[in-house]
Amino acid sequence: MEGLEQIKARIEAAAPGAIVEMVQNASPSQQHSLKIDNEHAHDVAKWLHDDPALRLDFCSNVTGVDWPDRTVKKTVKVKKVVDGEEKEVTETTEEKIPGYLEAVYHLYSMTHKHGPVIIRMRTADRAVGAQLPSLTPIWRSAEFQEREIFDLYGIRFDGHPDLRRILMWDEFEDHPMRKDYRDPDDYEYEPTPHEEVLERAKRYYTPRPQIDGAESIVEPLNG
Amino acid sequence: MSEGIDEGLRSKLQQQGVWVSSMQELYNWGRKNSIWPLQFGLACCAIEMIATAASRYDIARFGGEVFRPSPRQADLMIVAGTVTKKMAPQIVRLYNQMADPKYVIAMGACAISGGPFKQGYNVLKGIDRYIPVDVYIPGCPPRPEALLHAFMELQRKIDEQKLSGASKAAHLDREQPSEFPVPAFGKHDLEPPANSNVFHPPAIERA
Repeated sequence: MEGLEQIKARIEAAAPGAIVEMVQNASPSQQHSLKIDNEHAHDVAKWLHDDPALRLDFCSNVTGVDWPDRTVKKTVKVKKVVDGEEKEVTETTEEKIPGYLEAVYHLYSMTHKHGPVIIRMRTADRAVGAQLPSLTPIWRSAEFQEREIFDLYGIRFDGHPDLRRILMWDEFEDHPMRKDYRDPDDYEYEPTPHEEVLERAKRYYTPRPQIDGAESIVEPLNG
Repeated sequence: MSEGIDEGLRSKLQQQGVWVSSMQELYNWGRKNSIWPLQFGLACCAIEMIATAASRYDIARFGGEVFRPSPRQADLMIVAGTVTKKMAPQIVRLYNQMADPKYVIAMGACAISGGPFKQGYNVLKGIDRYIPVDVYIPGCPPRPEALLHAFMELQRKIDEQKLSGASKAAHLDREQPSEFPVPAFGKHDLEPPANSNVFHPPAIERA
């Protein structure tokens, strides 16, 4: 199979106006991907599916990713004139990157037995009703997985034939796979609480002197 | 066993071919040896339940082989597997549809406490939050022998039930509920998250 750079160039030639970006994966897997813009996503996907050299006719997996708001700190050494003398000063700049949601598609070709080609789409923000175009009309196998992303991340897929929650019930309002999701607090006794669960346990139990190492847990406050 | 009869006399009479029993004993003997479970499984524990019903472990030896596909015909609900919050109302509804007397075995770590999913958002932390459980089986999944053991424990429990008096069996007591409220799907969780009339979380004992 041709390289991602070549695919990117061919997409840009085939679908004029499409903005395709390489997303590098620095991990040992080196599985780089292509970020495609939402406006041309349908055309690009159709091209990937139909192109005789690629024939990516099988979408094996669709997954969501939540990227919350983050700040990136950069320290730069700048030469400045302080009190008439030139000195090297370190300046820190903070860059705020607003959060977004992402859908990642893993595409293979059954015809040519190659793949995967990974494509991504990003929403504008993490607000309620963040939208992406649905690729279910091109790969039918994406239908349930896009529903799952809608359920757990809250991305609305525009053009999806049957966009409903699939795992949680219809009345449910949260999106549990988002990083800022907090599950309902129905804490129950845990024999060996640690980390987050320990913090939660502490709110329900009065502390006790350390006897047996299971720190900070005693009788319940209310009987 | 049967109250009011001297065990020595009973044994002597038996040697002469006279069998003395009581209504309670006869009634419970019949019930405990023909327990029809409700045929449904929720997760991997169900596979062990199926194995228990098959030839190698053969729950028929204890009178529990008649798995019924309708709650109307079942005496025993074996909650075999993970009860998700989405499934919990249906389980409670099935329990409500069973005719008295009815019993519940919570099979496996998930059914008794939520198991490995206890700290998640989507799994009920034990079916005993909504319906009364008679026998709990730990294990992930419990072996068929464990289910048979639980079944025998249930038989013992049935055998000890009283027909009259203050401590009579729940199904003979008009004051005792036989149906329990079905939880509703809420915006963030099931509502209510537990039935406080049924669910009594374990108190921690400290030396």
